[in-house]
Amino acid sequence: MKTKKEMIAMLLAGGQGSRLGVLTANMAKPAVSFGGKYRIIDFPLSNCINSGVDTVGVMTQYQPLRLNTHIGIGIAWDLDRNRGGVTILSPYEKSENTDWYTGTANAILQNIGYIDSYDPEYVLILGGDHIYKMDYELMLNYHKARKADITMAAMPVPIEEASRFGVLVTEPETGKIIDFQEKPAVPKSNLASMGIYIFNWKVLREALITNKDVPSLDFGMHVIPYCHKNGNPVYCYEYNSYWKDVGTLQSYWEANMELIDLVPVFNLYEEYWQIYTNSDSVAPQFVDRDAAVERCIVGDGCEIFGTLKNSVIGENVTIEPGAVVTDSIIMGNTVIKKGARVEKAIIAEDCVIGEDAVLGAGEYKESTFNKKVYNSDLVTIGERSVIPSGVTIGKNTAIIGVTTLEDYPDNKLESGGAIVKAGETV
Amino acid sequence: MKTIGIILAGGNNKRMKDLTAKRAIAAMPMAGTYRAIDFVLTNMANSHISKVAVLTQYNTKTLNEHLNSSKWWDFGRKQGGLFIYHPTITQKNSNWYRGTIDSMYQNIHFLKDSHEPYVVIASGDGIYQLDYNKVLEYHVQRRADITMVTTNLQEWEDSSRFGQVITDEDGRVRDFEEKPMVETTREVNCGIYIIRRRLLIELLESCIAEDRYDFVRDIIIRYRNLKRIYAYHLDTYWSNVASASSYFKTNMDFLKHDVREHFFKGGTAVLTKVNDFPPAKYNPGSSVKNSLIASGTIVNGRIEDSVVFKKSFIGSNCVIKNSIILNDVYIGDNTVIENCIVESHNTIYANSTYIGDPENIRIVIESNNRYSI
Repeated sequence: MKTKKEMIAMLLAGGQGSRLGVLTANMAKPAVSFGGKYRIIDFPLSNCINSGVDTVGVMTQYQPLRLNTHIGIGIAWDLDRNRGGVTILSPYEKSENTDWYTGTANAILQNIGYIDSYDPEYVLILGGDHIYKMDYELMLNYHKARKADITMAAMPVPIEEASRFGVLVTEPETGKIIDFQEKPAVPKSNLASMGIYIFNWKVLREALITNKDVPSLDFGMHVIPYCHKNGNPVYCYEYNSYWKDVGTLQSYWEANMELIDLVPVFNLYEEYWQIYTNSDSVAPQFVDRDAAVERCIVGDGCEIFGTLKNSVIGENVTIEPGAVVTDSIIMGNTVIKKGARVEKAIIAEDCVIGEDAVLGAGEYKESTFNKKVYNSDLVTIGERSVIPSGVTIGKNTAIIGVTTLEDYPDNKLESGGAIVKAGETV
Repeated sequence: MKTIGIILAGGNNKRMKDLTAKRAIAAMPMAGTYRAIDFVLTNMANSHISKVAVLTQYNTKTLNEHLNSSKWWDFGRKQGGLFIYHPTITQKNSNWYRGTIDSMYQNIHFLKDSHEPYVVIASGDGIYQLDYNKVLEYHVQRRADITMVTTNLQEWEDSSRFGQVITDEDGRVRDFEEKPMVETTREVNCGIYIIRRRLLIELLESCIAEDRYDFVRDIIIRYRNLKRIYAYHLDTYWSNVASASSYFKTNMDFLKHDVREHFFKGGTAVLTKVNDFPPAKYNPGSSVKNSLIASGTIVNGRIEDSVVFKKSFIGSNCVIKNSIILNDVYIGDNTVIENCIVESHNTIYANSTYIGDPENIRIVIESNNRYSI
């Protein structure tokens, strides 16, 4: 029997997020930790349940294990439902045309059966890689009031940055979209598409089936222009609150650091609109007599014996006596051993930083490994890495894997360098 | 599935002072992020006991709210589950639970409708980790009628509020004194029993027929020479929080490294209702020494040798020493708190001072208006 839902959400969580470098070596970007407790996907999932959307299909493809275990049956987000709830949708084999998800709209095309089973009026399309709080119900109300077929959420950005986004040109009075530009050299507007769409399911279904043979079928490139050309009314829903892209190491680091401000722009401490997560630990954190912690947020279950300053610390992290961590992000279950010095680093889960190791020493140098990904002062360490005792690691570096002293000539990794151990992929 | 569980979470007593004005002992917040009953529920879940009854009658609001969903302890299932039984008026009964025996007898359907051969009976105010299957193994191996768990009391604890147990070499209980004025032994009853389900039903029915209502007095002590009652010695951490001073000291025990290792790092996490508060936040000017801090808390001032529960706010220049700050407490700037337990949801105005005595912890209960500060 069909369970009718007015609107269901389809969350695209299959992307790698290659500009996060070693952080996404073993997990999709939506599964990357954020803010000492969360993973990036917690934000759209929490927005869904807080907006009254209780049926969410999560499309996974790249390295889905961490994402799948995190989502589980959706208990953490109240998405464990008899009718609806969260469903993981991975690409699957078919009798003909077996394919990976080749584009954003192609992923929806391959899951028409899932959507049809809820017979929805509207389908909400979401990405899994932004930090924001948004009431999708307000957007749906707007969609209904305008009698739109498609509503696209957009946000004003500085005009000089608009060329990085899909740009929407609207009628000033009504918000009706009259033109699109995908990453234009000369943008005609500063309204950037946020990749959040509400479609009338009938319209979307027809558009997907008509365009099913378009290679890498994409919303911004193909489906929305097609509908627009067909005369379907497309509206822009302007959004003016916090919305942060965490797609690069620098922007990821900045978004985390904003959380430790005295009154953060993006405030997690408001009672209204809670962000939910499936957390590994609920134990309290212990701060030792000789520890010093200032201007930090610290996750549950940590044991702090050393010094922490301007940092975001995940769950179950141990900072041993004499270790000093500044301006860094340390993710869950990592151990910073005695006397280690960590400065401007992003250290992923389950790492061990050896005694007296120094991270972030010296001056910035251009990356000899991947200039596109590594172009700041940050030291980036991938999950389950081990850094031996006593080594010095420069700025703008990347390490993944269990490293030993032999990997460090003169006990050193120069600025701009990288170590990727065999068996690890980047 | 060999065992079902009964958690006795009914009680209150004068030794808790004003702390149980708000809630039953089993619902007392513990160790920063838990409530007392979480420990026994976790033990039940980890011992693969999947059908558990919680018997409760005193001030049950907080306990009911805490147990509103059984999924946090993995009891949300078709086979078994978590059942909360309050006293209820029926054609045959118009009494509150008149004692531990009566509370079980009034719910004897729970015992009669089950098919598992054994029952674990445990109180809701014990703080410990124990695999009840080990007790059951001992019980079977000793061919006992009833096995009670005993432990050697911590040094700081007052033995006169416990049942003191003397056993023979084999572990059989030879003497039992309930709450004696003169201490005979530091080996005390933990309030955890294993008994065959049919025997329990039989004993409950014969006690009720004689208007006997107390499990310890009317079954353990009265039957100790007739039935084979054995003691299983628990040699890891155990504490009972049913007095204000024990409550304070048990929380403070979690500042000790080995206690935290035992409960938090042993591979079996303590399960509790999840609140989803954000990570604790340490603002400029904060200084925290030898303390436990729970999620959702924002620290601006100084905290030493203290346990701060969830979602508290500590203002600038505050000094909190040797104290327990319960959930959702707002403490205004420049306030000094020493040797106190600050009740949950309190609002403490700026520039106040609350000093207790280290030997007689002060319980601070304020109902100031939060938003007029």
